[in-house]
Amino acid sequence: MSTIQLNGATHPLAAGTTLSQLVATVTGRELLPTGKPADGGRLGVAVARNSGIVPRSQWSATALELHDDIEIVTAVQGG
Amino acid sequence: MTQTMLETDPLVIDGIPLGSRLIMGTGGAPSLDGLGAALLASGTELTTVAMRRYSAPAAGSTGGTNLFDLLLENNIRVLPNTAGCFTAREALMTAELGREALETDWVKLEVIADEHTLLPDAVELVEATEALVARGFKVFAYTNDDPVLALRLEQLGAAAVMPLGAPIGTGLGILNPHNIELIVSRASVPVILDAGIGTASDAALAMELGCDAVLLASAVTRAQDPVAMAQAFRHAVIGGRLAAQAGRIPRRTHALASSAMEGRPDL
Repeated sequence: MSTIQLNGATHPLAAGTTLSQLVATVTGRELLPTGKPADGGRLGVAVARNSGIVPRSQWSATALELHDDIEIVTAVQGG
Repeated sequence: MTQTMLETDPLVIDGIPLGSRLIMGTGGAPSLDGLGAALLASGTELTTVAMRRYSAPAAGSTGGTNLFDLLLENNIRVLPNTAGCFTAREALMTAELGREALETDWVKLEVIADEHTLLPDAVELVEATEALVARGFKVFAYTNDDPVLALRLEQLGAAAVMPLGAPIGTGLGILNPHNIELIVSRASVPVILDAGIGTASDAALAMELGCDAVLLASAVTRAQDPVAMAQAFRHAVIGGRLAAQAGRIPRRTHALASSAMEGRPDL
């Protein structure tokens, strides 16, 4: 089975999945092609792919590849 | 009071006026609801968050309110930090993630030397400050209470310098008031006393020493009554600021009567 690493854990990868689809699945929010949530709110999430930041505007144009290392981060309590 | 301070004595950072000189951290709060109440009670307009892996809301949790939403709903500006970073490289990556996720150029730069002291690593801090400034970040540099280093960070382009009062989470107060005064006296960017605050008088002292603001988290979130302690800090920061501006009396060795000796009745 094809997999990627998602936040340090192995995650199944369906062929042709885009980064936008992955973020939408993980956050449970529908995303516009711009990477902004369809509900008009703010997502508050950033994505690194293989240690490089992928701006939200590029999520829908980024197809995931086998063994990609994806980190999805957000604001949590701290500092 | 907040409204008055915003109009008459705002804290201006990167051209943005803030009505409260109390900057809150969010670490150590047992629940998001409790944290929200404490933040509101503090009157803060700027609050730090850490950047960590996204995890779905726990099953059964009400709504989808997360920390970012909580801050947005209460019109509190968000200040992402680089807590947990040990190297400039990690701090740069974390800062970029914070900027992308939260859509702000502001970053509280923390580069920690080790987990025992949680003290800033000066070498990595200098390197990270330089690199982040070059990338257009507004850097709030968390630093040792070292007047030389604080000035260097300002010269490298930090938007604010944040000397520690004492190590993170210790609640020991301001261990070296002389150094804090020295940092303030030479700084042209805002000086924010960060870390080590234990109780209200520590925050008041920071302001009396001339600091422009105070940042604290554990002192409120881990207090027995966080909301009451948040109110205490809100007033302490205002009180300390007013006292600093009012000009205190000089310290004297001997007593000085405040009542006139003349005109006393013959008893």
